[in-house]
Amino acid sequence: MFKIKNTTLRFVVVMLAMCATMSAVTVSDAWADGDHEGQKRTVSNAKWKDECGACHFAFPPRFLPAESWRAIMSGLDKHFGSNATMDEATAKEITGFLEKNASTKKQEVQAKPLLRITETRWFKSEHRKVAERDWKNPKVKSPANCGACHTQADSGDFDEDNVKIPK
Amino acid sequence: MRRINFVIGLMVAAAGLIANPAFAETPVEVLATIKAEASGTPGFMGFSADRGEKFFKTKQKHNLSCSSCHTDNPTAQGKHSETDKIIKPLAPAANEERFTDLKKVAKWFKRNCNDVLDRECTPQEKGDVLSYLLTVKK
Repeated sequence: MFKIKNTTLRFVVVMLAMCATMSAVTVSDAWADGDHEGQKRTVSNAKWKDECGACHFAFPPRFLPAESWRAIMSGLDKHFGSNATMDEATAKEITGFLEKNASTKKQEVQAKPLLRITETRWFKSEHRKVAERDWKNPKVKSPANCGACHTQADSGDFDEDNVKIPK
Repeated sequence: MRRINFVIGLMVAAAGLIANPAFAETPVEVLATIKAEASGTPGFMGFSADRGEKFFKTKQKHNLSCSSCHTDNPTAQGKHSETDKIIKPLAPAANEERFTDLKKVAKWFKRNCNDVLDRECTPQEKGDVLSYLLTVKK
């Protein structure tokens, strides 16, 4: 009886190992296949989603360095034309979440922190092939409207394979 | 002993979760709170759904009104006028979560009135608008 169990177990282990190897191969294939920097990396926080995501797409923390998030969070009374202040405890929690998961790319560290994702070098570079008429498409409307083209943006996936520019 | 304390703590927490209703307040309770606030202002004569509807749909400063984002039909899904972010329906008839949390109601009136009017709304205006929203049927 024990022997059968043991064999079954061994079989399961081997199958699992095979699956793991196969998926590892699939992932590395995908990475070899061009630029997939935007692949899904999910970090989430209920208050961030609720507060930031109420008026605009809740931009992932990795889109800006910590300095920028700190500047944004300390200037919420003048937040791109709106007063977006929130209670102190909420603001503190969101700032901590943004800082912890912020971009650490050196190139984004500037003398004066950038407040707009669209002004970062990576954003400009990643979107360099997007035509002016696509930006102006009423279905896109604003570069803040990530989900207009990044069909899986809501789940944190910006992979270029999931981009569909509306016509 | 520690373990017992922990278990008791867990049970109390679980009981608390069960006892809590899904929403903190009902829209009618929220309206009553706004009414209590409005009653303190001179000349208060009660709320009017008609006045609320007019206020909701009339463009104020910056060419904006409530309906710029929430649309002229509060049972429909809205869209942020700048970012196109989808906004769930505002009328309680279409969205049972609306006006069930006083803190949230206060926050959004403050934020949105500042965007549309460059000032906070009066209790009269808030009560008129909520009275209107409560008359809207799906």
